[in-house]
Amino acid sequence: MSALPRRIIKETQRLMQEPVPGISAVPDESNARYFHVIVTGPEDSPFEGGLFKLELFLPEDYPMSAPKVRFITKIYHPNIDRLGRICLDILKDKWSPALQIRTVLLSIQALLSAPNPDDPLANDVAELWKVNEVEAIRNAKEWTRKYAMEN
Amino acid sequence: MDSDEDMETFEVDSGNESSSDDIGFNIEDQNQNPKDRQNDIEEFVFNVLSTEEIVQHMIDCIKEVNIIVEIPATTTRILLNHFKWDKEKLMERYYDGDQEQLFAEARVINPLASRSSQQPSTSSSMSSKAKVSRRCPPNSEECEICFTLIPSNLMTGLECNHRFCTQCWCEYLTTKIMAEGMGQTIACAAHGCNILVDDATVMRLVRDPKVRLKYQHLITNSFVECNRLLRWCPSPDCNNAVKVQHVEAHPVTCKCGHRFCFACGENWHDPVRCSLLKRWIKKCDDDSETSNWIAANTKECPKCNVTIEKDGGCNHMVCKNQSCKTEFCWVCLGSWEPHGSSWYSCNRFNEEEAKEARGAQERSRAALQRYLFYCNRYMNHMQSLKFENKLYASVKEKMEEMQHHCMSWIEVQFLKKAVDILCQCRQTLMYTYVFAYYLRKNNQSTIFEDNQRDLEAATEKLSEYLERDITNENLANIKQQVQDKYRYCDLRRKKLLEHVHEGYEKESWEYMD
Ligand SMILES: [Zn+2]
Ligand SMILES: [Zn+2]
Ligand SMILES: [Zn+2]
Ligand SMILES: [Zn+2]
Ligand SMILES: [Zn+2]
Ligand SMILES: [Zn+2]
Repeated sequence: MSALPRRIIKETQRLMQEPVPGISAVPDESNARYFHVIVTGPEDSPFEGGLFKLELFLPEDYPMSAPKVRFITKIYHPNIDRLGRICLDILKDKWSPALQIRTVLLSIQALLSAPNPDDPLANDVAELWKVNEVEAIRNAKEWTRKYAMEN
Repeated sequence: MDSDEDMETFEVDSGNESSSDDIGFNIEDQNQNPKDRQNDIEEFVFNVLSTEEIVQHMIDCIKEVNIIVEIPATTTRILLNHFKWDKEKLMERYYDGDQEQLFAEARVINPLASRSSQQPSTSSSMSSKAKVSRRCPPNSEECEICFTLIPSNLMTGLECNHRFCTQCWCEYLTTKIMAEGMGQTIACAAHGCNILVDDATVMRLVRDPKVRLKYQHLITNSFVECNRLLRWCPSPDCNNAVKVQHVEAHPVTCKCGHRFCFACGENWHDPVRCSLLKRWIKKCDDDSETSNWIAANTKECPKCNVTIEKDGGCNHMVCKNQSCKTEFCWVCLGSWEPHGSSWYSCNRFNEEEAKEARGAQERSRAALQRYLFYCNRYMNHMQSLKFENKLYASVKEKMEEMQHHCMSWIEVQFLKKAVDILCQCRQTLMYTYVFAYYLRKNNQSTIFEDNQRDLEAATEKLSEYLERDITNENLANIKQQVQDKYRYCDLRRKKLLEHVHEGYEKESWEYMD
């Protein structure tokens, strides 16, 4: 593997020095491009009280291409599928090299506060979210309790 | 009216060696109908442009607008691209509409607004928040992409004032061009900023010749593809484009020799119209399995069942089996005998028979058979057309041989002309079956089928003549006969096309759904 670019080194340092409230991102000991991420469920959302594990990987041509992010903790959300893949524009065509790990994680946190069932990735979840939001939110709370609150 | 030959004089390549081949025949044609030829030239003008000429044409378009509208050429290009290179539309919107909105839609900063009033757009707020706390030494800035302190003079950006270091810009543009194949639509590197990067900026920031070449290619491609008056030559290895004055279904001939319909890009397909041809091609693709079966190049002798391979364009088959030697028609497998006579009717599907079919199952079978009937004939002429290329080669040999004997170069050109006409007839016939497939029966369609039958019979005769051996003894005689045959073919072909065009004008054609 080639030497770590200055951008990644600096970005990691700053992330450690000025952490984002509610988010922790720690580089793996053996791979500085791989981050162990924990996002706290935002207040007043069905995910409140949950701790969600994610993995984040910076590809070879980062920051020219977007980081790869995936939920490891199961989550009931219309824009996140069974495999934890996230439907978020800045991770795809709206990616800009001026964005950072920090901004990506903030956007994911915002997505938990404001699910968007009109741009679904998990179709059945999105469907229920549109037809019966009360039940969908109940499901999301239940999943949070079941999968994101062990201890 | 738009008969094919009239366009032939249009070969843009004036240095075309073959142009002198036709001398003798041009006189002939002009005697026939000098006026039509003249009109056609005035009616449909086109040019073939090489890649360099396309780029020049693009530059000229920009200049033309810039004479009137005084904005930077780079902005003009983006505006023109936004309007699919329709100058009039751009002018109209520029002078009659809301200019601010126009620039926003086209994703450029209004070049007429004073620069001092412009702040970096707020869309990048997420990343600028992170920047706030960082203090920079004088005359330097931190690049938000590489996180490096860069002397201010090495920071650059578009009119939107989102600045990054030149190296990051170069890397960003290279990724967009090489990995994502983007040209005209690369946006500013800042998050949420949709201002487009103009071509001059790309060329200034990207130095790698490979990337520059790819970028120019992408830009040229989008110029041709969104410009209604331009079309790439569909021939696979050709980089030319054809430019017209107005869009019309009309044959155009590229410098590479490929001849196609400007409106749809298919081979020139008179008498059938683009929309029907498109339907037909789609149908054939959907039914490709049956078509494959039809296109198979072998058939069995209808009498002795020996397998016979077609090796020439002529449909008059003689069984190879020496003890059989049955003469039959490749297309209908019927006896050849009636095909030579005046009541030849190989081209006409017996609708009466189809009508007899009863019940849904039988009806669908009849529909399939009807389709197979036309498809079979369509494919057959297409196949023959391919063999005709072999004929060109053998005719060339014959022509050389004849020159060794008593004939001059100009005297033997009739053979090439004969193959030209044979190919034109095959191509026309091929598309008459597409037309016929969709045609509903009426008085005019019966006349059309008669014309089709006559042309087909004449074409087969000509084809047969050209496959004969030419000896010294029969040479003069053969020349006369071949000339008679091809003139007749040409006449029949023009008659058929004229009749169909007349039907279009009088709206006498009715189609099946
Ligand atoms: Zn930079
Ligand atoms: Zn910008
Ligand atoms: Zn060409
Ligand atoms: Zn066409
Ligand atoms: Zn036989
Ligand atoms: Zn036949």
